[in-house]
This record gives sequence, structure tokens and C-alpha cells, in this order.
Amino acid sequence: MSLKIVVLAKQVPDTRNVGKDAMTPEGTVNRAALPAIFNPDDLNALEQALRLKEQYPGSTVGILTMGPPRAGEIIRQGLYRGADTGWLLTDRLFAGADTLATSYALATAIKKIGDVDIVIGGRQAIDGDTAQVGPQVAQKLGLNQVTYAEEIKKIENGVATIERRIDGGAETVEAPLPLVVTVNGTAAPCRPQNVRLVMKYKYATCPLERPAEDPRADLYAERPYLTLTQWSVADVDGDPQQCGLAGSPTKVKTVQNIVFQAKESKTLTAADADVEGLIQELLNEKIIG
Amino acid sequence: MANYFTDHPEIAFYLNHPLMKRIVELKERNFTEAEKYPEAPVDHEDCIENYKRLLDVLGDIAANIIEPNSESVDLEGPHLENGRMIYASKTVENLRALRQAGLSGVSQPRRYGGLNLPNIVFSMCSEIVAAADASFQNIWSLQSCADTLYEFGSEDQRQRFLPRICAGETMSMDLTEPDAGSDLQRVMLKATYSEKDGCWLLNGVKRFITNGDSDIHLVLARSEEGTTDGRGLSMFIYDKRQGGVNVRHIEHKLGIHGSPTCELTYKNAKAELCGSTRMGLIKYVMSLMNAARLGIGGQSTGLSQEAVNEAFKYASERAQFGQTIEHFPGVYDMLSRMKAKLDASRTLLYHTAAHVDVYKCLEDIARERALTADEKAEMKKYTRLADAFTPLCKGTSSEYANQNAYDCVSVHGGSGFIMEYKCQRLMRDARIFSIYEGTTQLQVVAAVRYITNGTYLQIMREMLENEVAPALEPLRQRVAKLVDIYEQSVEAVKAYDNQEVLDFLARRLYDMAGEIVMALLLLGDATKAPELFEKSARVYARMAEETVLGKSAYIQNFNVEDLPAFRAVEAE
Repeated sequence: MSLKIVVLAKQVPDTRNVGKDAMTPEGTVNRAALPAIFNPDDLNALEQALRLKEQYPGSTVGILTMGPPRAGEIIRQGLYRGADTGWLLTDRLFAGADTLATSYALATAIKKIGDVDIVIGGRQAIDGDTAQVGPQVAQKLGLNQVTYAEEIKKIENGVATIERRIDGGAETVEAPLPLVVTVNGTAAPCRPQNVRLVMKYKYATCPLERPAEDPRADLYAERPYLTLTQWSVADVDGDPQQCGLAGSPTKVKTVQNIVFQAKESKTLTAADADVEGLIQELLNEKIIG
Repeated sequence: MANYFTDHPEIAFYLNHPLMKRIVELKERNFTEAEKYPEAPVDHEDCIENYKRLLDVLGDIAANIIEPNSESVDLEGPHLENGRMIYASKTVENLRALRQAGLSGVSQPRRYGGLNLPNIVFSMCSEIVAAADASFQNIWSLQSCADTLYEFGSEDQRQRFLPRICAGETMSMDLTEPDAGSDLQRVMLKATYSEKDGCWLLNGVKRFITNGDSDIHLVLARSEEGTTDGRGLSMFIYDKRQGGVNVRHIEHKLGIHGSPTCELTYKNAKAELCGSTRMGLIKYVMSLMNAARLGIGGQSTGLSQEAVNEAFKYASERAQFGQTIEHFPGVYDMLSRMKAKLDASRTLLYHTAAHVDVYKCLEDIARERALTADEKAEMKKYTRLADAFTPLCKGTSSEYANQNAYDCVSVHGGSGFIMEYKCQRLMRDARIFSIYEGTTQLQVVAAVRYITNGTYLQIMREMLENEVAPALEPLRQRVAKLVDIYEQSVEAVKAYDNQEVLDFLARRLYDMAGEIVMALLLLGDATKAPELFEKSARVYARMAEETVLGKSAYIQNFNVEDLPAFRAVEAE
């Protein structure tokens, strides 16, 4: 049995190593000051995909990512670890997407890729921390989903056995393919880059990433694997109205720095009145609803 | 994220070594493999880029897997179970990461699954791994035994064993026995050819075998019955899959706890001959040991680097008398000397490795075709340089690693004596470096001929011809004076025409030679990259002056009548 596996991966600012100039005076993320990295949970997802590939010979792993041309680095990082291919969704029309527009774009691309058995992504990205994209992709494609996965144990007769983390422990579930899985950061860490693959793919680039005078231009003609696939909205037959800023109902009005202090804490009991009071308060503060 | 390669730009500097162009050209046979192997380089720049990428991956694994595991490895260590050695659990994790990264058998040709790395890059890998965990470097760098198997094994043996090593199987070199340490001619392990089994059988005991339960062993054994010297010894390949070798004991050591040091018993262990009989010690083990000495040079330099890192970090954090202790002259004197010794070890290491590479590459090409007269002359030149530099490199870098670990503890003050700090481990780990693979005293023995025959002096005189940056010229002139003093000291010792006096004073001459050579190398490096090396060049040249003058005084004022005052026992 061979599987066609797609890993959803995102290039994110490294919010875990925040320096003094990580925020602009306006309170938005200063992306220039933070190195762009492979979203950590997505690396856990990639490891699960690579293990499946080893377990079921003939399987392929492809990296699907969306971002500016430099996000081609995410595909290279995947190739260095054993992925077979990748697709970069890059187009000005994709820019400014919230989770809804992102999952629309990814789902459209997955349809374009076709015959995908299993889509694996990290639980959430460290920039937005929503954990919404994976589930929304599943919903848009009408696929089953398993979230908070710790380990994809096996796939037999078209059914995946997956251990997922729940409050206070773990549970093992079964789900039929095709399937979307989101993986926890506590799952097995991703294997290191393989130096032989790094040497092979180090010049692999999307056409948009390449400088006009590329010293390695001759190689691209000889070695097709050095040209990564880049797709625009039109390439995936996407609806521009559902992509990017146009397709994103979420609008950021302001960003505030909030420092929680112990004196602001409140102790509530499990009594209905307390719970109701809390819900009302959260609604009033527009934190939920 | 921390990375042992990119955090120390001094390492990458040596990828611009003037010999690098030649090494790559020879090693890559003019880039003919690029058509066959997608990872093979297409030109020189591509090749250097490959090396950098590889070192970057290793630097990342070293900083983020091996180093974080190192304390646990030190505390847990390996253990014995039913005649088998079991690694510390985190050692297994380290091995898996490096295997997944494809960093096994890296110096082997691509046709056997290797990456065709030259010694200079392999030494950089050794340094990086050792900085993260010196004990793990022992296990990892033993893959260089494959070089000896490649050089002297048959094509059939190469095809059977080398791909396994490139896939991550481990190696050991089984040389030492209870009565054969520095004096390997006394090896007794018996090899007898069995007509019935159609192979050799090994019987006996080996002791102090690093990584002794490895997958593939190179074993020194006595194949010629009735002989008692080195000419009766041959080298064998023992494959663990054959069975017959058990681990009887794992040593409890002062340091490098993660590195299993095994006592092995051989009971009719099936083995195959590597190369010809009787050449085991005199040819193959000598080659093995030279490579191993370079390995210890890398291990020592890596540990020196870590000692420097720990000391500088502590000195920048610890405040006393209202300021961090790095501001006190007594402390920064120590710190600057540590860094200077580190940089001196490193420049000598990579120059030595570059010399080894040129002659080894030519030697390998000579297996394919006859060398031209120019190539033969080139090979001879670099063989001599490598032979002269290797004992200097092993001896001085291992002594410096010890001194740096000691000073690292000193910088930590009382905290340095507490087991929670890493510096105590560095001190324990370093202690063996100046002992195994030939003690410092034996490095002096190996170097003494290059002292008396003028090789070192000639190297120094040639290096003095190189121009240095104008700012460093006064220092170069001071070092030039040291060269004269060294020459006078050598002549003074030779004038005694007395072997015991020469052997007794040789260590002083050896130290002087090493210090002057390293001072000159650093002046050269500082001329090319002042931002990296000028400070160390200035500190080190002064250190060399301080000790060369002292040693010269010792030699000039020495009197042959003084010898009895030193002897432990009266001469018979």
C-alpha cells in the first residue's frame, strides 16, 4: 500500500526567540527582526509523514505551503529531511489571508494535487496560534479529521489508527482515509536534515525566488528537481474573492499589549451562577461571541 | 538557534586554506562524479558550499541534540549486559540523529555510500562533535577506521564493509592488550588460520578498547607463531555478526564516561585478514594511529573551544566587587590565553589535516594511474610535512585542552569545583587526550627526528618569508628572534652527542618548535582575517616568547653532570 501524503507547513517568524525589536512601535510584529522558521508543530507533522513513508514503501510526501516567494525555503527544508516534492502557493491575491481564506487556498490546492490519502499539519502556528486551519481544510474538503495527534500508529485497509492527546491522557482512535490530521508539538520531534539531500537540493528554488542573473541557471535545465512548483490563484482554479484579504472576514482593529497581574485574578466556583456570570462578562468584554 | 559551526566563524575560515583548491581538485577528480551523484559538487565553489552546509547541519545537531544530552550521558554511561555493551540511552539518540543526517562513513568514496570528505573537513566535524560532547566524539570519529580498511583491504572487503559503515554501523580498533600499551610490538592475541573454517580464528584478550563492542573491528593479532616482535603481527577484520568476541568488563574512568572502554575476550572468533600478513603493525596500524592522532587533535580543539565558551560566559555573568569578573586583569589574562591556545590548536590542526589530505589524495590517485614526476614530488613534500606536523598537533592540542579545562575551572572559582557546572566534566574528559593514541612523551619521540634533522627549522624559516600585516610586523620580528634562539638550542643539545641528554631535553625543544610554528601560523591567519585572529596572534606570540626564552635558558644552562639528579633510578 502506498500513500499520497501532503504536509501543510507554514513559514513563521520565530516568536520563541524574541529580541528587543520584535514589535514595531505600532504594536505589530516586526517580521524583519525575527528569523523566518519552519513552524515547529509542522515539523512534528512532517516527521509523522516521513515515518508513514518508511512504513509503507512507495508512499510520497509533498510539502504544501503558502507565502511569499521566500517561503520556498519551507519546501527545501522538507526536501532536506526526506520529502519528495512541494508546492508553493504564492500570489499577491493570496496575501493578507486569515484562517478562512488560508484554508480555502490550501483546500483548493489539495484538490488540484488530487488523490491525496492523508493531509497532515501541525496543530497550530506560533504566529497566529489559532489551530483553525487544519480543521477548516478538512471541512472544506469534506474529509474526516483527527486533531491533537501524537502518533499515527498504522494504516490498514484504508483505516488509520491514531493516538491523540486529550485532557489527562491519551486516546486511540480509528478514522477512514482520506483524512486530515493535525499533530501536537509534543509528538516525536522531526529528524535532522540529511546532508546528502541538502547537497542535492540546496539550489532548489521556485522561479520567483531566483535572481535575474542566477549563477546556477545552467543547472536548472539539467536537473528538473531543482525547480519547485509555484502556483498562483489561477493555477489552482481558485476564486479570487475567497482568497487573501478579499476572502478574510477577520479584521485586526488594534493590538494591545496586556500584562496580566495576580491582583486581577478572580476565583470562581463550579456553581451555575458563577459560570453564567463569567460567560456574561466575557461577552460584555467582547472576548467571546 | 545555537550552532557549533556558525557560532564559531574561526572554523569556516580554514575552508579558505590556500591548499583547499588543490585538495578539492584532487579529491573530486575534477568534478567527474557530478553526473552520477546528485550530491556531488559541480565546481570548487559548489564543493565548498557543500562542506559548509554539512558543517551547518552537524553544528545544529551538536548544539541542539548532542550537547543537551551530554550531561545525562556523563552520568549514565554505558553498561554491560550478558557480554554486550549497552550505550547510555542518550548516546543511542545521538547516534540515531547522526545516522539520519547521513553523517556516517563521511570520508569514504561515494561509490561505497560515503560523502568523499577530505581530512580537513572531517577534522572540523570532529571538533564540532567534541565541543558538544567529547566522549561521543570517540564513538563517532572511529568511523575513520574505514579509511584504513579502504586503503589496505581488498575490493571485495571494501564492497562488503564500507557501505555498512556509511549506513551507520560503528567501528573500533582493537590494539591494546594488558602487556602491550605504548609498546604494541608485544601484542599476543593469537591468529591461527583454520583450514576447516576457511578463515582465521582469533583467541586472546584485548584491553582498553574504545567502543569495543562495535559492529566492525580492526584487530591487531599475532599471525606468525614463534615471533615476538612487530613483524609477526597482522591486521584482521572482525565482523560482530560472526560472534566469538565478548565484552568482559567496561572500565570506570575519570572522564569521557559516554565512551565505552571495553575489555574483550576472543574465543575462536572468525576473522579475515586485511592486507598482507606481517604488515599489521609496521604499516597498517601506523596509518591507523596517524589518523587517530589527528582525531584527538580535533577532539582536543573542540574541548578547548567549549572550555573557552564556558569560561567567557561565566566571567561575563559573575559579578564581584561591583563588576563582572571579566574586567579583572587576573581573569582576562587567563581568558585571553585560553582563546589564544584554542586558536593555536585549531590553526595547527587544520594545517596538519590539509597536508595529510594532499598526500593521501595523491596516494589514492596512484592506485588508479601512475603519478607524474611533479605529483610524486608533491606527494613526498606533503607526506613529510604531515609526518612532522601530526605529533606537534596531537601533543600540543591535547595539552592545551587540559590547560584550558583547568583554567576554565579557575575562572569559575569555587563554583568550578561543584559538580553542577560543566567545567569539571571538561577537565575530567580532557585528561585522557594527552595519554591515549600515544602520550605526549611519545609525540615528542615521534617529533624528535624533525628537530634534529632541521625539518621544523626549515618550516619556520619558510614561514618567516611570508608577509604579515604591517601592524603585526614588529611581532613577526620578535618571533624571528625566537627562531634563532630555537636553532641555537637545537645545536646546543646536539653538541652533547648524547642520546640520553637529547631524550631528556627533547620535550623543551618540542614545545619551542610547536609554539614558534603556531605563533607564525596565527600571524598568517591574523593577516588574512584580523577580526578573527589578531587578538589571539598578539597574545600567543607573547606567550611563545615567554616560554621559548625560559626553555632556552634551561637548555643553555644544562649540564650533562646534572642528569643523575633527575634520574628516578641510577643507571645500571
